[in-house]
Amino acid sequence: MTQLWNFPGGIHPPENKHQSTARPIRKAGIPERLILPLQQHIGAPAEPLVQPGDKVLKGQKLADVTSGMGVPVHASTSGTIVGIELLPVPHPSGMSDWCIVLEPDGDDAWCELSPIADYRKLHRDDVLNLIREAGISGMGGAGFPTNIKLRPPSDRKVSTLIINGAECEPYITADDMAMRERADQIHGGIKIMSWILRPERCVIAIEDNKPEAVEAMRKASEGTQAEVVVVPTKYPSGGEKQLIQILTGMEVPSGGIPADIGVMCQNVGTAMAVYRAINRGEPLISRITTVTGAGVDDPGNFEALIGTPTRHLLDQAGFHPERVNRLILGGPMMGYTLEDTSVPVIKTTNCLIAATENELPMPPPEQPCIRCGMCAEVCPMELLPQQLFWHARAQDFDRAEHLNLFDCIECGACSFVCPSSIPLVQYYRYAKGEIRTQRAEQIKADRARERFEARQARLEREQEEKERRREERARAAAEAQKKKEAEAEKAVAEGEATDERSARAAMVQQALERKKARPAAAATSEASTEKPDIESLEKQLNQAKGKLETMESMLDDARAAQADNVEKLERAVAKNLDRVKRAEDALTEARKQLETEDGQ
Amino acid sequence: MSLVQQSSPHAHGARPTSRVMLVVILTTLPGLVAQTWFFGWGNLINVVWCVLLALGAEAAMLKLRHKPVAFFLRDNTAAVTGLLLGLSLPQFAPWWVSAVAVISAIVLAKQLYGGLGANPFNPAMVGYALVLVSFPVAMTTNWAGAVTLPDAPGFGETLNTIFGGQQAAIDAWTMATPLDEYKHKIASHTATEVLQHPTFGTGVAQGWEWVNGAFLLGGLALVALRIITWHIPVSLLASLGLMSLAFGSNADQYAPLSLHLLAGGTMLGAFFIATDPVSAATSHQGKLIYGACIGVLIYTIRSWGNYPDAVAFSVLLMNFAVPFIDHYTPPRTYGHHKPRRGIPGKAG
Repeated sequence: MTQLWNFPGGIHPPENKHQSTARPIRKAGIPERLILPLQQHIGAPAEPLVQPGDKVLKGQKLADVTSGMGVPVHASTSGTIVGIELLPVPHPSGMSDWCIVLEPDGDDAWCELSPIADYRKLHRDDVLNLIREAGISGMGGAGFPTNIKLRPPSDRKVSTLIINGAECEPYITADDMAMRERADQIHGGIKIMSWILRPERCVIAIEDNKPEAVEAMRKASEGTQAEVVVVPTKYPSGGEKQLIQILTGMEVPSGGIPADIGVMCQNVGTAMAVYRAINRGEPLISRITTVTGAGVDDPGNFEALIGTPTRHLLDQAGFHPERVNRLILGGPMMGYTLEDTSVPVIKTTNCLIAATENELPMPPPEQPCIRCGMCAEVCPMELLPQQLFWHARAQDFDRAEHLNLFDCIECGACSFVCPSSIPLVQYYRYAKGEIRTQRAEQIKADRARERFEARQARLEREQEEKERRREERARAAAEAQKKKEAEAEKAVAEGEATDERSARAAMVQQALERKKARPAAAATSEASTEKPDIESLEKQLNQAKGKLETMESMLDDARAAQADNVEKLERAVAKNLDRVKRAEDALTEARKQLETEDGQ
Repeated sequence: MSLVQQSSPHAHGARPTSRVMLVVILTTLPGLVAQTWFFGWGNLINVVWCVLLALGAEAAMLKLRHKPVAFFLRDNTAAVTGLLLGLSLPQFAPWWVSAVAVISAIVLAKQLYGGLGANPFNPAMVGYALVLVSFPVAMTTNWAGAVTLPDAPGFGETLNTIFGGQQAAIDAWTMATPLDEYKHKIASHTATEVLQHPTFGTGVAQGWEWVNGAFLLGGLALVALRIITWHIPVSLLASLGLMSLAFGSNADQYAPLSLHLLAGGTMLGAFFIATDPVSAATSHQGKLIYGACIGVLIYTIRSWGNYPDAVAFSVLLMNFAVPFIDHYTPPRTYGHHKPRRGIPGKAG
């Protein structure tokens, strides 16, 4: 028996899972049109590879991320690209983003797939690349690109691979049903991930309210390294940090990643997608989504194409719009409400709840906090939610941060139990947002200051240089003057011996000769040095131009990727531009000089 | 189909504050019944009078502060303040003593600080301490002696005493409290002699042990129902007990442990008063410190101070210390090596 640890706090909300487990997973079918957002996970948005009017095949790559972190987007079925538009996407803010709109042709014809017969013969990096090319990002929540997650920093060895099948949020049963019906595929994915990571231990964690899934996964993983561990049902046991604590007793350091303590969590849905990508060559074009709530007659789980509008999916489950009071994407604890039913299913859409007013009623009006501490009792991160709330409300963000505001996982347990029905999580989100904004502004201000100071220093330097050159010239002039005087004196001294007239004549003669000789000497000396000078100047200019170009292209990339070194690159480009200009100036100056010399 | 836009979580499973307070009220009932059985109708009349006054004062203040009256009255917190005062005041305390206590509790200690949730001091105890300091005679000579209800002064007579000022009529029924009696007699008598006094009866302290037992029962119910956590009552009783064992083992000098725990307002204080969440410490560690310090203060004041009982003063003194305790006792958050104590930017 594997030792299990408990995590502090936690709640037992009504599970409401039985409604959607009565029927097997159904196919949601092909909707009239598919909306494929270019950004479906954290990281960089993908760039379209197709144009409106293009015919595409199922599984064909439609968009890819060229620079930055991200994975490609594929056609979920065959058809015609009818547009690349700004459309509402699944996001708490209800915002719009760029989406490829695909009109299915009904043939559902696959593009050419290249399944891998034995991935063990490939290099691990190649397998990771195949996972990337299949467009797989974490399917449990945040949707982190899987290929990147599967390649932890080289100094971090993953000794425990955790397959997260806890699915602790009420209502959601997508992972449960996937484990019941597709345990073999999931296990296939686990094998691939284990092969990549070579962990000492591989655990499939499932809450004890899913006995069928436990049974199926046990059967599928019999005789392999993977061990099915049943964890007690308690929300939020499926939270990455909590699950790690339950299974290992260890805590992920604040601000760190599980790999820091040798652990990695992967969702069962992700494992399934990895299996399909490698063994069948199929990119991630569909996922299992739970459609439930009292607003649908026939709740259940659907295998939905990525890009399926929620309305189509809801209709498959017998949608009654007139009954529905709120539509939630995700679970009732951490999901967010939708404004309408046009947003598409994306790679992270695990659940859709069409809730009636009775089912999820509006909370009563907020009352003052009486510091009862029930929030602290249920907080799985052992924060002091009520103190955080006071400080957030008072906009005393320093104190909120001091009390580890940023360790809050926004699980909602505190709000769930609050007798004063205070929307605590909302306050924390607000405080986090404000702190982030302040920080961004601080960085901006710092950079502006740095820029100003750098400019100031440059101007001073230039001034100094000018001054120095002026002084040098003055010194040179003074020396020349001195020399002249000395020569004159010498001449005078010499002349003293001879008669004064002949001496004066000689002096005039000398002066004349000097005058004649000077331009000639200047011409010869300058011609000899000037010519190679122009060549080197040209070379310098070319070099500067080349550097500027690379800098500019880097800047464009950075801008596209919204990387945080954009400012730095901008400065670099400006500097190079300056350099090119100066080189050009120097060159024209030199040429002009040469021309005047030639003219003489 | 107009869809609600709400921030997560969408599910709620809370007991609203009004329900929490109602449970608190219900769990005091065994204590009130015991009080009534052993000390007559006085407590019951006080409770009703104090609750009505508290609701009236709360409503008036809410009105003056332009707050929704019905919304806040429904949270039952004013009723609890009135109830706690009614349970702790002397049985035959004149009506105006209760009125001063309740009104200062609600008006001064609660509403003028900003109402529910904003009061740094336990309102009921502010009211109690105020009348104890202001009217020492009325607060020490109006305790009922222990008799069972059938033998006690009738309901009408008690009502008349409290509201009609007929103090003389019930003089025969009043008696010093056991803690008071012990404290003042032990200086010149032995423990055995002191315990001869009828206030102690045959058990620990006639009637009082049952009242405290009933409050203990109600308090345990609160812990079982997760309205309060065990930390404050347990640390309070433990430190009071340890103090008594350490300093008061000689019964000829100090009141014995049994009296400390079962006479006076110990159980009511430990489970219903010190646990007032608004004015108590927040973290588990903080609650333990807070409760333990109250226990120490109760023993200190009872043994070496001027007052026979000390729950009100001890709780109020520790209310002062709550912000300090809270700063230095945050829990260790997941993923951190140690708790972040103190104030940002300062050492801690």
